[in-house]
Amino acid sequence: MYRYDEFDHQFVRERTAQFRDQADRRLSGALTEDEFRPLRLMNGLYLQLHAYMLRVAIPYGTLSSRQMRQLAYIADKWDRGYGHFTTRQNIQYNWIKLEDTADILAALAEVEMHAIQTSGNCIRNVTTDHWAGAAADEISDPRPVGELLRQWSSLHPEFSYLPRKFKIAVTGAPNDRAAVKVHDIGLRLHKNDAGAIGWEVMVGGGQGRTPMIAVTVRDFLPEKELVAYIEAIMRVYNLYGRRDNKYKARIKILVHEIGAEKFKAEVEAEYARRPEQTTHVEEKELQRIAAYFAPPVFEKLSRFTPAFEEAKLLHPGFARWARNNLAAHRVDGYTIVNISLKPEGGIPGDATAEQMRLMADLAERYSHDELRVSHPQNIILPHVRKDDALAIWQALVPAELATANYGLAGDIIACPGMDYCSLATARSIPISQAISRKFADLDVQEKIGPVKINISGCINACGHHHVGHIGILGLDKKGEEFYQITLGGSSTESASIGSILGPGFAGHEVAGAIEKILTTYVKLRQPGEEFLYAYRRLGPQPFKEALYAAA
Amino acid sequence: MSEIEKGQVMTANRLRDGEVVFLTRSGEWNERIDEAVLALEPQATAALEARAKDDVKATLVTGPYLFDAERVGGKIRALHMRERIRTLGPTVRLDLGKQAEGTAGAFAFKEA
Amino acid sequence: MPLLKNNAFIQDSWVHLGAEDPLPEGGNVSIPFSRLKNEWESLAKFPGQLGTLLSNTDHAEDVAHFLPHLALVILPFPAFVDGRAYSIARQIRLLGYRGELRATGNILPDQFQYMAQVGFSSFEVSERFPLEVWQQASKQMSLAYQRGLYRRVGEAEVWSERHEETAPETAPWEEQPHAG
Ligand code: SF4
Repeated sequence: MYRYDEFDHQFVRERTAQFRDQADRRLSGALTEDEFRPLRLMNGLYLQLHAYMLRVAIPYGTLSSRQMRQLAYIADKWDRGYGHFTTRQNIQYNWIKLEDTADILAALAEVEMHAIQTSGNCIRNVTTDHWAGAAADEISDPRPVGELLRQWSSLHPEFSYLPRKFKIAVTGAPNDRAAVKVHDIGLRLHKNDAGAIGWEVMVGGGQGRTPMIAVTVRDFLPEKELVAYIEAIMRVYNLYGRRDNKYKARIKILVHEIGAEKFKAEVEAEYARRPEQTTHVEEKELQRIAAYFAPPVFEKLSRFTPAFEEAKLLHPGFARWARNNLAAHRVDGYTIVNISLKPEGGIPGDATAEQMRLMADLAERYSHDELRVSHPQNIILPHVRKDDALAIWQALVPAELATANYGLAGDIIACPGMDYCSLATARSIPISQAISRKFADLDVQEKIGPVKINISGCINACGHHHVGHIGILGLDKKGEEFYQITLGGSSTESASIGSILGPGFAGHEVAGAIEKILTTYVKLRQPGEEFLYAYRRLGPQPFKEALYAAA
Repeated sequence: MSEIEKGQVMTANRLRDGEVVFLTRSGEWNERIDEAVLALEPQATAALEARAKDDVKATLVTGPYLFDAERVGGKIRALHMRERIRTLGPTVRLDLGKQAEGTAGAFAFKEA
Repeated sequence: MPLLKNNAFIQDSWVHLGAEDPLPEGGNVSIPFSRLKNEWESLAKFPGQLGTLLSNTDHAEDVAHFLPHLALVILPFPAFVDGRAYSIARQIRLLGYRGELRATGNILPDQFQYMAQVGFSSFEVSERFPLEVWQQASKQMSLAYQRGLYRRVGEAEVWSERHEETAPETAPWEEQPHAG
């Protein structure tokens, strides 16, 4: 894991002092709200429905036990004993006071964390594959690049007042778990025939009210050129991105309006204009950072471990959990543990301080002191010996953290929606709870198989409904909440935007509608065909009939 | 008392801690909607707006606005879900917010 | 409006002409960029120093040709959240411009350091803030990660300092008087 050196420490300390001063000036009236808002947003502080909300960055989703414990401490001391893990590898606290915020930032700085640029029209927290460094399919760990970009983008003087927010995601594996194609910039690692690695640079993906899949502007950019090249992209966007209409201000609209070819030409021209610049520093810096991400020392274990197999025979509950929540590790005898933050009827992504501490303890004991926060709002123990999985499961069960639904219908992504968010047009959490209760029977969930249900409480799409296999968007119709269903979205390497199925539903009808969709799928699927592929083969018609025919 | 009056309530967030507050008859900001003024005519809403503007300048509150509400049996209730959630707390965590702190006023989600 | 330069309020020695104002005999004169382009043939013979006022939709490449003849470039921030001028400033500095680069418009202390870092060297500021506020603002952060920025003595450019042996001999910012 990356560790701060004296510069990094000083940087977050000074940044905290700077915010303390800004907050004081706001409270004294020296700063107006209009002047203060961008400053607090760039430190992760929003004003939501009930109070301020603080969004803390978990860079590339990686946490140590100590850091997780500090998050729990903050939840207890300054919030209401819980936090909400988001789809972009952040944690949000919902009951924060402005006057406490600088102290919280100082507590974060103690454990090498911050809330810098988790909001605002700047470069946001860089996200990566949550299985980075552990996944069996990985070419190379993308986190060093994530850290390089975190540093480079932090308080970038040129790119802190962009037309709109800017999100970068990085993946080092062919199976995209970081949703890079729906980011402003997506980076994907490739290895060529000669064994060299290079980055595919994709630009202009995004969700919100105009969802778009990113276009590739470079197929194979040498790693040492990443920073300079991204700087060229940023400059073109900063100069030409629209500022007259905030709904048209994201880079995807620029790419779309001037065309991918013209955009690419602008970027290449800007890149070519850079004065003769060496990349030695970037290369050395990347090497320095990469050393921190050297894999932990794994034991030599055999792939097949009798204790693990026996445990599954002895405990059917464990067997089911192992089947659904463990993923292939690149080292024999090890596994990736996916802890579901989606208990039946629960609030997706929420964890109590106690749960955080338990997960921190387990990570310290069994996972080389490492945890990950995943894009689908779960927590991951990346490096676990298969033989320890039973003990972990046994510890998770009483804490309601052992729900065996990873990747299934109950593993729902949901934004906070109108229960917390001031921009919401409808609630999302109660919809997710209703669906999760409807599919409480894990036998049913397993029979249905992998499916991603994503819910957003407004068109901003923080719940990624556009790229859910089943997407649900909460809207307001004459003062009543109602919900639009889309099918066929995906955020992976074969990304697609879901299409609206038909007229929307009232809140209490949604779970039933989802059930009908999934029943139809089970009836019509071919052996082994997952929901998304069945939908792509069948099209919307059978699902439309199932939902609307009788009405 | 079955009479229902419809009007508007001035709300904001308290600057220093973000707490949802409502403008009262005495010109103070209070955490309970029950204490709020229900402005029934334009003159009254204008007075609330003027007061709110001053208090923004005085750094007491931030982001003030009016929302539609009604008085039923002498008690005030927001008309729309969003404002109801602000006056009570999250519908998915009845243990949090005004509904849990005893500052929610007369109408709770449990009864709704 | 006070003019802030090298950590002090100074007298503006420039005359700022509009589109129609007659050209004086000499002295320091700044002219809107469109007029500068149109009247360049005659302006090139101007005995005093020339400067220009850009808009934040002008292209740095279009200005490039004139830069060697200019001693002042003014870039506006119509609103402090409109960040286009940061990029134009950087481009102009990357083109090798060494003269005064002035920020005007909605200039606030909390963005002041960013402006200095991209190469602005003077600032037209409002009466609202006393000098101490600006002096304070120029020291908010003593270090930055990005390379190639303008900075004051004692401020760290983290990546370069971490890999000192690769740092360039003369850093570009040392050739520049710094605003703060
Ligand atoms: S999608 Fe809308 S409701 Fe949900 S968190 Fe984002 S802004 Fe709020």
